[in-house]
Amino acid sequence: MIHVTGLAKRFGTVEAVRDVSFTAPDGRITGLLGPNGAGKSTTLRLLYGALTPDRGEARVDGLLAGPEHTEARRQLGVLPHGAGLYPHLTARENIRYFGELHGMSGATLEKRIDELVAMLELGEAANRKTQGFSQGQKVKVGIARALVHSPRNLILDEPTNGLDVMAIRSLREVLRGLRAAGHCILFSSHVMQEVAALCDDVVIIAGGRVIASGTPEQLREQAGTTTLEDAFVKLLGSETAEVQS
Amino acid sequence: MKPWWIVVRKEVLESLRDRRTLLSALVMAPLFGPLMFSFSMQTMLKRGLDEQDKPLQVAVMGKEHAPNLVHWLESQGLEDVPAPKDVASIPAAVRDAKPRLVLVIGPDYGKRFRAAKAAGVKVYVDSSDQDSQRDFRRLDQLLQNYSSQTSALRLAARGVDPGIAQPVMLDEIDVSTPASRAQSLLAILSYFLLFSTLIGGMYVAIDATAGERERGSLEPLVSLPVSREALVAGKFVATMAFSGVSLVLTLASFAISLRFVPLESIGMSANLGPKVLTGVFLSLLPFVPLAAALLTLVASFARSFREAQSWMTGALLVPTLPIMVAAMTGMKPTALLMAVPSLSQHFLIARLLRDEAVPLTDGLLSAGGSLLLTGVLLVFVVRLWRREKLLG
Repeated sequence: MIHVTGLAKRFGTVEAVRDVSFTAPDGRITGLLGPNGAGKSTTLRLLYGALTPDRGEARVDGLLAGPEHTEARRQLGVLPHGAGLYPHLTARENIRYFGELHGMSGATLEKRIDELVAMLELGEAANRKTQGFSQGQKVKVGIARALVHSPRNLILDEPTNGLDVMAIRSLREVLRGLRAAGHCILFSSHVMQEVAALCDDVVIIAGGRVIASGTPEQLREQAGTTTLEDAFVKLLGSETAEVQS
Repeated sequence: MKPWWIVVRKEVLESLRDRRTLLSALVMAPLFGPLMFSFSMQTMLKRGLDEQDKPLQVAVMGKEHAPNLVHWLESQGLEDVPAPKDVASIPAAVRDAKPRLVLVIGPDYGKRFRAAKAAGVKVYVDSSDQDSQRDFRRLDQLLQNYSSQTSALRLAARGVDPGIAQPVMLDEIDVSTPASRAQSLLAILSYFLLFSTLIGGMYVAIDATAGERERGSLEPLVSLPVSREALVAGKFVATMAFSGVSLVLTLASFAISLRFVPLESIGMSANLGPKVLTGVFLSLLPFVPLAAALLTLVASFARSFREAQSWMTGALLVPTLPIMVAAMTGMKPTALLMAVPSLSQHFLIARLLRDEAVPLTDGLLSAGGSLLLTGVLLVFVVRLWRREKLLG
């Protein structure tokens, strides 16, 4: 479970995150939805310990998150923006490196890698260098790498960016499978359809603040619209109006 | 396995698969440096030897005014070459090195010489040209010899002891040994070794920090339950490994290639036996962690591979500064200077090549100074890695 309260972070004069609070429970897929520059990535980076919050706190399974708190990171699997693989290493080697840094080794690790290669249908590509991989393959390897230590919680930053339809479908299948296994999945997106198709809970962020949250049904009701897209636009619109007044 | 060791293994594996890293660390530095060094030394020595036997080419104008002088000069190896057509065209011709030297003897030479007055001659030379300078020194020496011979004869003819005109007599006693004469030439060897130690680790350091940041793989890396210190340690040790291997290969390459340089022909010995080689290696060993720390620090500043590369060109020059300053000011090794990294290694290597005994304290001072600076640099690296800006 991921729990965030009153999170704030500024870079110089830019307040990237002003006040973000939400809970992403186990066994559910939670989507962070918002326009570009809303503070989604910064919120996630505060969660996985790349940044220290100025105010508020983020907790993973009750453990405080931050650069100095390695324990919280044990409970996390992270797919950051753009996967970030090592091009000279094979897919397996990429996954193995992270497994080893999580303290795994030997037959346990190799068995786990086999499982992940099968689950993500990487096939023969698993033994090739990731240099020439398609974006879809890269994301798959990134997810396998994030899952190698079987974390309870999974954070994905814009995982569908640059993926084709087939790759997106298979990614959804993977995430649904993980939800069924009781994982807590938190992912960010600026694509409405993505969130509508996959999420149990939606947290809408704009200007570094949470402006609405709930199930897609609750959000539609709150905005008095029939589709989530209309709700999103309406809720965002009222926020901008508020800021302007 | 400790996290830092896992990082070391991954960085080494990745670098071994990168042709550019491999080329620079294991091929370029160890081969290029020694080859260039040996080749330039060989041509330099050969040229020096050739020049000695070559006649000294001088265009003499006004030969008819001093036939005795010209005859004497020719007996000493001077070769008279065609002179420019008039005095006005001499400077331009000399600047073109056609010919390099012009000796002009005036019409009153004979008159003054016979009257035992100082008889002047002019020599045109382009002192900005090295070859001309060397020729000029030879001609100058010849003219001085002629002058002192003549003055001795004149004094003797007047019943005066020629010694009276020579209050101080210089008698040069050269105590240099073949090994110490080679030392001045081999002085740049220490720089080549320091340089290839740096080059060896350069791409690994860039790849492990700036490269990792540019590829976006640093972000997932810091999301792992591994301390930044462990990550820095792993990257530092991997860089050190490549620097160390590059140093060993370069040393071996020098030991082999210097055998083909005819140092003996000018009475020098390269003196790179197993004992000296071991000494040189041990002297440079503490420089390896220092090089790795410097490279890691510089690479940690840069945001991208390209930026890191341009920073690196500056970093490669840093170790030359103390050596250059010392060479220009003629510093001698003192306890304080023996603690200065790169300079102390230079001093140690120079002594070893001269076959001099190196006191253990000097070796320890040199190692201590380098390791201390390594520690300081690593503290800065860890600080950089703790900053949020590291991730950009």
